[in-house]
Amino acid sequence: MSQLEYRRVDSIHGALMFMKNVAGIGLGDRVMIRDKDGRRRNGQVIRTSGDLVMVQVFEGTENLDLENTWVRFLDEPFEISLSPDMLGRIFNGIGEPRDDRPPIISSVRRNVNGAPVNPAARAYPREFIQTGISTIDGLNSLVRGQKLPVFSGSGLPHNRLAAQIVRQARLPGDSTNFVIVFAAMGVSYSDARFFEKEFESSGVLRNVVMFTNLANDPPMERLILPRTALTAAEYLAYDLDRHVLVVITDMTNYAEALREVATEKGDVPSRKGYPGYLYSDLAEIYERAGRLRDRHGSITMIPILSMPSDDITHPIPDLSGYITEGQIVLSRELHSKSVYPPVNVPPSLSRLMKDGIGKDDTREDHPRVASQLYASYTRALEARNLASIIGAEELSSRDRRYLEFADRFETDFVRQGEDQERNIIETLDLAWELLSLLPPSALSRVTDEDLHKYHSWEESD
Amino acid sequence: MGEVSEVNGPIVTIRQPGVRNGDQVRIGELGLIGEVIHIRSDDALVQVYESTESLQPGEQVTGLGHPLRVELGPGMLGQIFDGVQRPLDKIMHMSGEHISRGLELSALDRDKSWHFVPHESLVVGTRFEGGEILGTVQETETIEHRILAPPDCRGEIIEHAPEGDYTIEEIVARVRGESGSIQNLKMYHHWPVRQPRPYRARAGASLPLITGQRILDTFFPMLKGGKAAVPGPFGAGKTIVQQQIARWANADIVLYVGCGERGNELVEILQTFPQLTDPRSGRSLMERTFLVANTSNMPVVAREASIYVGVTMAEYYRDQGYDVVMVADSTSRWAEALREVAGRLGQMPVEEGYPAYLASRLAAFYERAGNVDTLAGGNGSVSLIGAVSPPGGDFSEPVTSHTKEIIRTFWALSKPLADARHYPAVSWLESFTDYAERAAIWWADEVSPDWALRRQQALTLLTEADELERIVNLVGPEALSASQRWVLESSGLIKEAVLQQSALDAIDSYCSPQKQFRLLDLVLSYHLDGTELISLGVPVESLTELPYGGELRRLKSAVSNDDLQPLDDFASRVRESFDTMRTEYSVNQGNKS
Ligand SMILES: Nc1ncnc2c1ncn2[C@@H]1O[C@H](COP(=O)(O)OP(=O)(O)OP(=O)(O)O)[C@@H](O)[C@H]1O
Ligand SMILES: [Mg+2]
Repeated sequence: MSQLEYRRVDSIHGALMFMKNVAGIGLGDRVMIRDKDGRRRNGQVIRTSGDLVMVQVFEGTENLDLENTWVRFLDEPFEISLSPDMLGRIFNGIGEPRDDRPPIISSVRRNVNGAPVNPAARAYPREFIQTGISTIDGLNSLVRGQKLPVFSGSGLPHNRLAAQIVRQARLPGDSTNFVIVFAAMGVSYSDARFFEKEFESSGVLRNVVMFTNLANDPPMERLILPRTALTAAEYLAYDLDRHVLVVITDMTNYAEALREVATEKGDVPSRKGYPGYLYSDLAEIYERAGRLRDRHGSITMIPILSMPSDDITHPIPDLSGYITEGQIVLSRELHSKSVYPPVNVPPSLSRLMKDGIGKDDTREDHPRVASQLYASYTRALEARNLASIIGAEELSSRDRRYLEFADRFETDFVRQGEDQERNIIETLDLAWELLSLLPPSALSRVTDEDLHKYHSWEESD
Repeated sequence: MGEVSEVNGPIVTIRQPGVRNGDQVRIGELGLIGEVIHIRSDDALVQVYESTESLQPGEQVTGLGHPLRVELGPGMLGQIFDGVQRPLDKIMHMSGEHISRGLELSALDRDKSWHFVPHESLVVGTRFEGGEILGTVQETETIEHRILAPPDCRGEIIEHAPEGDYTIEEIVARVRGESGSIQNLKMYHHWPVRQPRPYRARAGASLPLITGQRILDTFFPMLKGGKAAVPGPFGAGKTIVQQQIARWANADIVLYVGCGERGNELVEILQTFPQLTDPRSGRSLMERTFLVANTSNMPVVAREASIYVGVTMAEYYRDQGYDVVMVADSTSRWAEALREVAGRLGQMPVEEGYPAYLASRLAAFYERAGNVDTLAGGNGSVSLIGAVSPPGGDFSEPVTSHTKEIIRTFWALSKPLADARHYPAVSWLESFTDYAERAAIWWADEVSPDWALRRQQALTLLTEADELERIVNLVGPEALSASQRWVLESSGLIKEAVLQQSALDAIDSYCSPQKQFRLLDLVLSYHLDGTELISLGVPVESLTELPYGGELRRLKSAVSNDDLQPLDDFASRVRESFDTMRTEYSVNQGNKS
């Protein structure tokens, strides 16, 4: 049963189109729609029965009328063509060129939904990626195949941070560059332009595939864009053996599009009107990062999302955090103190750090130093908090020392230049410089040997 | 034969007269497997364990005539199964790195032969009851698998196989039932997962499940056969707690159920467990471990099934007389799968979209935990430990709050502790256990009669310190008396020297009960002796300036379970120097008065 065309739509509701009495239509099938002006749109079957088929239209249903709309059911899932020629190109959410160049022609076509990876086929990610950024490398190390999102807020420099990671990320002692898949959903033209210029000026443009849907592009297309982009990433990683770095921004816009359709479909809402399946839906995207046992390439994913009202418990960051392998959280407070990158250290985490660092990967003291910095900084924030209540003068000499540590940690360790690349040894040495503000007795997470080797302590008072 | 009439995500409506609720069906050209969950006048609703993409109305449906069930027999240990008990290794050989749909695979290997030794009670002509042991095979080096007769069979043995090598499809015994019908018994049988396996009687749980984690064993102990929950926001350490339990718990069998969580977490177990040695058997941990995996990117409905599939397999090893621990990460994903299906069925949501039966389903699941006298005449237990992932870390949400009513041990993880990298981030204020008194009996017998006292003293000290910290944050430390400042110091010591325990520390990852007690005892004696000195007039500063605090904090990672002597040495050094101070100050005091 292939390629049936109909000319009657029964009803239209938001981005959904309903067709009565069309038989034998498969769930998820691709749909082509032509409106009365001959303009083409793309859709997908999201519910099907003998009596009624529900189609979600990626370009929206504006100006579609019931009488003059041609609808063709393609009897195939959503697929895109894949070839090495994608590199250096720009596409929209369904894989059509946006750069005035011809479409990709290839015999390799894949369903954008992919099939779930068999956990037994995965390899555990463990190769340290040096980003040159101390708060990441030192405290929340990224490894090849990890999914590590940036939780940000409007007006915070997440794009600059992402661009810096893209520029600087590499394996120590390895010169092979990452291939970048850049997926943008609902971002402003200037943000998209910013990334393009970044890729251009750092000379990686030829190694980038961009999928963009701008703020004024149809929002429903955002539902399929990350899937299209990840299908491309999987091709680059597993067919072409490349190490792929996927930057996806902004997942919040994705989730909002999902909520919109869910509401139109009448799905039962859970928190804040988002459908109960938001978790599973996000997982389908995030879990496509990783490494496979018998493949050379890898997919490392850096999704960016803005937390509505800077609220980390909002369903979007919350559910993302439940799926991803850690998170880098940005802080408005540090940003207003002009600390770039304004990484909020306590809530940030990398879950895959433990196997990527230490003696054979970075340096033997690394895990303990990271743990110590966390402990000391949290302790120092308590001291700062206390100082704000009772005044710094009232603090004990130990707490005053912590106060200084907090300040220096933020200005010297967290803060760094946008072009400044600190290698991991520099980062660790810097960490010890700061830990040397504190007495050895306050450093219970490091060993005596560490203290002996790296800590320089002179009793000052 | 029936046919599909509607496809709505994982819920498929079929027209198939005569199908029974709970039956399994095979759908469409792809042969997707599903389960009937609702019957209406002339159609039925099916939840499908695989993606329904491309499924069309009109495709055919075949009923399989039985409910969702598992195969129970030798060959499960060391394996990783999907949510409906298909072996993921075999799936990989059949369909590559991505899981394709409609695969028909049995859980147990049909070709492998096992060395069967008939049980002595297996005598021709004698009566035989369901659940009794037919014989044994060595499943792994450490685990003897006791082949059980299906619980629902009984009769007279009319024939049995001699000792020898058999595959699981070969007949090892024949039984004549009451009605005269002959039943052939093999080394495996089926059991429907939604029906708890029968046992003779419940025996109260009494022995602690030792996990080697101080905050769990010493502060909030769990019993073998108990039920526990580990709630916490993302990144707080639920998975690590469960992995630590899977690694170190003094159970015979461990089942790790990854329900709607990350693929890499299962890989980690698959790759590290074979290398880790079981502290008790000295053999690879994988020999007693198996996994059920339905990761977050796998179909939602199979997530719901995976919990039942898991607990049924756990019960089966219990029925062989083993202590089984099943950890489920995360029960929230299972509840969400329930919600998803309920929503598609148009059932009335009651709280946050969850159906009204959420609480009863949760209770029924945890009810399958327990220490029992088995049909085979032995004793076995299933301990259930479920992670809970509350949205926004809010413990008042439905899954956490209902779970809290059901379980007996609550290990609450706290975000502030995790943010400070205080691991395990188990909150001593919010956690609770109903098993402490029972556990105390074991600790008193096996470790020290002072255990209960020490535990209570430590908890009191921690609570007191939290109160004092609040005061400090209001009015500053000056408001505290010397002994109150010492309480703050000591609680810091308990937190850092006892409660904090890194799963990554080679020495401290597992802490023996003896070492647990000794560390706690050391810190508390230090506190009490210090308090005494302060009452004699010793300034707090001269105590905090001593190097002992720092040393105490490092002892856990420096002293191994096998040799606790350094703890004694440390204690006597402290005693000496405290004695000196005591003499000094008592003399001073004497002079003053
Ligand atoms: N006992 C521990 N020792 C050392 N590190 C720990 C411990 N517990 C947690 N961690 C650290 O915290 C991280 C997060 O822990 P974990 O993955 O268990 O969180 P979770 O509660 O399961 O989160 P999620 O709900 O997102 O799955 C770990 O990757 C590890 O770095
Ligand atoms: Mg987890």
